[in-house]
Amino acid sequence: MGRTLTFRIFRFNPYDEDSVSRIQEYQLEEVPRLNIFNALNLIRDDQDPTLMFDFVCRAGICGSCAMMINGRPTLACRTLTSDFSSVIELFPLPFFKLLGDLSVDTGVWFREAAERLESWIHTDEEFSVNETEKRMDNELANKIYESDRCIECGCCIAGCATANVYPDFLGAAGLNRIGRFMIDPRDERSNETWFELVSTYEGIFGCIGMMACEDVCPKSLPLLDTFAKVRRLMLGTGLSGKK
Amino acid sequence: MSDTYTTDVLVVGAGLAGERVAVEAAKYGLNVIILSLVPPRRSHSSAAQGGMQAALGNAAKGKGDNPTVHFLDTLKGSDWGGDQEVIRIFVDNAPIAIREMAHYGVPWNRVKGGPAQYFIKGKKVEVEEDFKKEGLITSRDFGGTAKWRTCYTADGTGHSVLFAMDNLVVQHGIQVHDRMEALSIMHGDGKCYGVIARSLRDGSLKTYFSKSTVIATGGYGRIYGTSTNAVINEGTGNAIALDTGIVPLGNMEAVQFHPTGIVPTDILVTEGCRGDGGFLLDKDEYRFMPDYEPEKQELASRDVVSRRMTEHIKKGLGVDSPFGTHLWLDIRHLGEKHIKTKLREVYDICMYFIGVDPVKDLIPVRPTQHYSMGGIRVNKDGHAYNLEGLFSAGEAACWDMHGFNRLGGNSLAETVVAGMVVGKRVAEYSLKRNLDISSTLADKFTREVEDRINALFKGKGTESVAGLKKEMADVLTEKVGIFRNGNDLGEAKKLLKKIYDRSKNIKVKSTSKGGNPELTAALRLKGMIKLAMTIAWGAYARKESRGAHTREDYPARDDNKWLVRTLARWPEKANEPVLSYEPVGILDMPPGERGYGGAQSIPMKKSVKSYNASVEKLQKKNGCLDPAIKIGKEIKPGLWKKEVK
Repeated sequence: MGRTLTFRIFRFNPYDEDSVSRIQEYQLEEVPRLNIFNALNLIRDDQDPTLMFDFVCRAGICGSCAMMINGRPTLACRTLTSDFSSVIELFPLPFFKLLGDLSVDTGVWFREAAERLESWIHTDEEFSVNETEKRMDNELANKIYESDRCIECGCCIAGCATANVYPDFLGAAGLNRIGRFMIDPRDERSNETWFELVSTYEGIFGCIGMMACEDVCPKSLPLLDTFAKVRRLMLGTGLSGKK
Repeated sequence: MSDTYTTDVLVVGAGLAGERVAVEAAKYGLNVIILSLVPPRRSHSSAAQGGMQAALGNAAKGKGDNPTVHFLDTLKGSDWGGDQEVIRIFVDNAPIAIREMAHYGVPWNRVKGGPAQYFIKGKKVEVEEDFKKEGLITSRDFGGTAKWRTCYTADGTGHSVLFAMDNLVVQHGIQVHDRMEALSIMHGDGKCYGVIARSLRDGSLKTYFSKSTVIATGGYGRIYGTSTNAVINEGTGNAIALDTGIVPLGNMEAVQFHPTGIVPTDILVTEGCRGDGGFLLDKDEYRFMPDYEPEKQELASRDVVSRRMTEHIKKGLGVDSPFGTHLWLDIRHLGEKHIKTKLREVYDICMYFIGVDPVKDLIPVRPTQHYSMGGIRVNKDGHAYNLEGLFSAGEAACWDMHGFNRLGGNSLAETVVAGMVVGKRVAEYSLKRNLDISSTLADKFTREVEDRINALFKGKGTESVAGLKKEMADVLTEKVGIFRNGNDLGEAKKLLKKIYDRSKNIKVKSTSKGGNPELTAALRLKGMIKLAMTIAWGAYARKESRGAHTREDYPARDDNKWLVRTLARWPEKANEPVLSYEPVGILDMPPGERGYGGAQSIPMKKSVKSYNASVEKLQKKNGCLDPAIKIGKEIKPGLWKKEVK
């Protein structure tokens, strides 16, 4: 016999002036391998068509569905109900702008972060249609990919002590993005440019090293390693007196 | 009056194809706005795992590759249903597109010189990678290809390419209005003027006027319910094109089923699993594919492998499970290191979603709806038939390089190549055209959308969105699946027609302000049912088997009668789609053997010359606008002969 699950879900619709923030309970019969994606859709289809949440790939790839599940930020699509007691509490990610119930605006935040970090390859070289690609060591390509795997789900920022008291902090996702471009030889930005960009309280020196980001990252990115490298490089640049 | 925006180029859809078009137009100095249902980096392009085909020929097993070999593979894959000129444009530009993305930061895997271990056709072999190629972009094996041609970043290729592309979008300062759904194309006198859209944040309607409008909303696999597609792949862009009454959708009956959707959840695991040497096994853990396809084995084209798997299951050799019958995918022999690096997403998906460790266990898989070869019919410039100023690119379009079956690795490549090629044409067109703003037009189309919304609030309420959606999906899955026949398809037509009629009785109960997910879903449903109908109508009418369209009652490919593309229109006030046909395009290589699949074909009676003589006239009759370069001029005739033994 399956369990009856109780979902306690945060509700608030910021576009409705009469809406009051509250916790609403829903009951659902558990079936084998039930995940939060299927559970929320069942609730919306059969019990409450107004419930707002975000899913896209439902395969742990796109980063849309991060939410607080029993107090921990994680991807809802790949979270199984069988991992919990029969009461499951769902809250939207903190830090990001709330769009309604479990839906938050990670998209606009990450776009702004990309603009702040100038998250693209900076090079004076034009692409040439007829030339063979520049060579790159496969190990280096793999290393870049390792940081490039971030899906910008926002879990690291939701779980970050600094971000939650200091909203301009770039968070692990932002710092990881910097680390990704720093090791990419195609990006011609100098250490001095990086220093201007991230050697600030909003950047690498705002991190207080509690590393919740690494604990909650659904992609298991090597955030500690990346921060250590960024910090060491920035310290070196700062101490060298070039700044 | 709703908020009104004006722009040179309006792109609907922020996946790879849409963003590449936007970047190209921005390079021409044009203003671009992109509308997207979701933040761009959430687009379904991000879920493409295995790779992107381009004939670079750097890997040892890719040696001797060139665009013409890629042309042959793609054409055979399409079962001669593709447009050979478009395939040529595609294969010639694919290497450029991939190198360009390398320039913009994609960390493609590279050649490492020296001995390398691979699994090829069931055996472990050592291959010497060329030291001279060290550091150039490498490739892996995929189905239906003569050479190893699929370039990749582990199994997160779509993710890496999409992030690099979106970085370019940010760099060019291109505006993205995310959580914005286009609900109607403003058009009149054969010209497109932009769209009416609805904000999924606050529910308000917006008007967008543009010189050119590009639909790049991807596929519509979700109408099958059971699909590897993301939940947003509901054909929103295709539906609004069909709603114009004049723009046709091409080859909607051409639906791809991918051999390896996992059971349950239907999430895709990449073709790279088989490309890197994985096996398909039956309930006796017997490797059955070499019996059916001695030459290509697990790496025949997807339509063939999915058919063979279904045949094998029908023989009673599938594995029974509470989630239905399936087969096994075995990648254990590739080893832990390979699985946890080059197939890392696959590892994660198996572990998290079905609790299977692919290093030690077999993965339950079955063929699952995956790709929509059909779409908005466009000419080789990406310009929609019958509607000047409307363009389409990527999976949403029927450009038509895939014909009746797409090769793995060719869709990701198409998004970027078509984005580049079509983007240029969009820019050229936009530079010539004036921005036409008409409040009469905006009011007319806004009112129509408002009427639709009001009707949904006032409906009888005898039908639910979720209920009808499921019924529609079940009809498609049961009667318009991998193996089709006249009886089932006739039945499917009747059932879908009823579902279509019943969709008028939906009532949206929630009047909640803001995005209102119930209203959002209800607004999409009718379009989805219409798309489902174009698939069933096209499949019923096509009395042959070609690529993924397999008719048990017409098992042969019929090049005499059916070397044509289906065009489905939905005229204003009609209650069902209207079909017409056009030649597939100029033939360079005449229809022949695919080299796998073992199907029979009925030869053309007409000569290739006389077939080709009618192409331009018949395509124009169906609404094809004049492309920048005359039809047939980019074909490089006869080049393929050099590559055929």
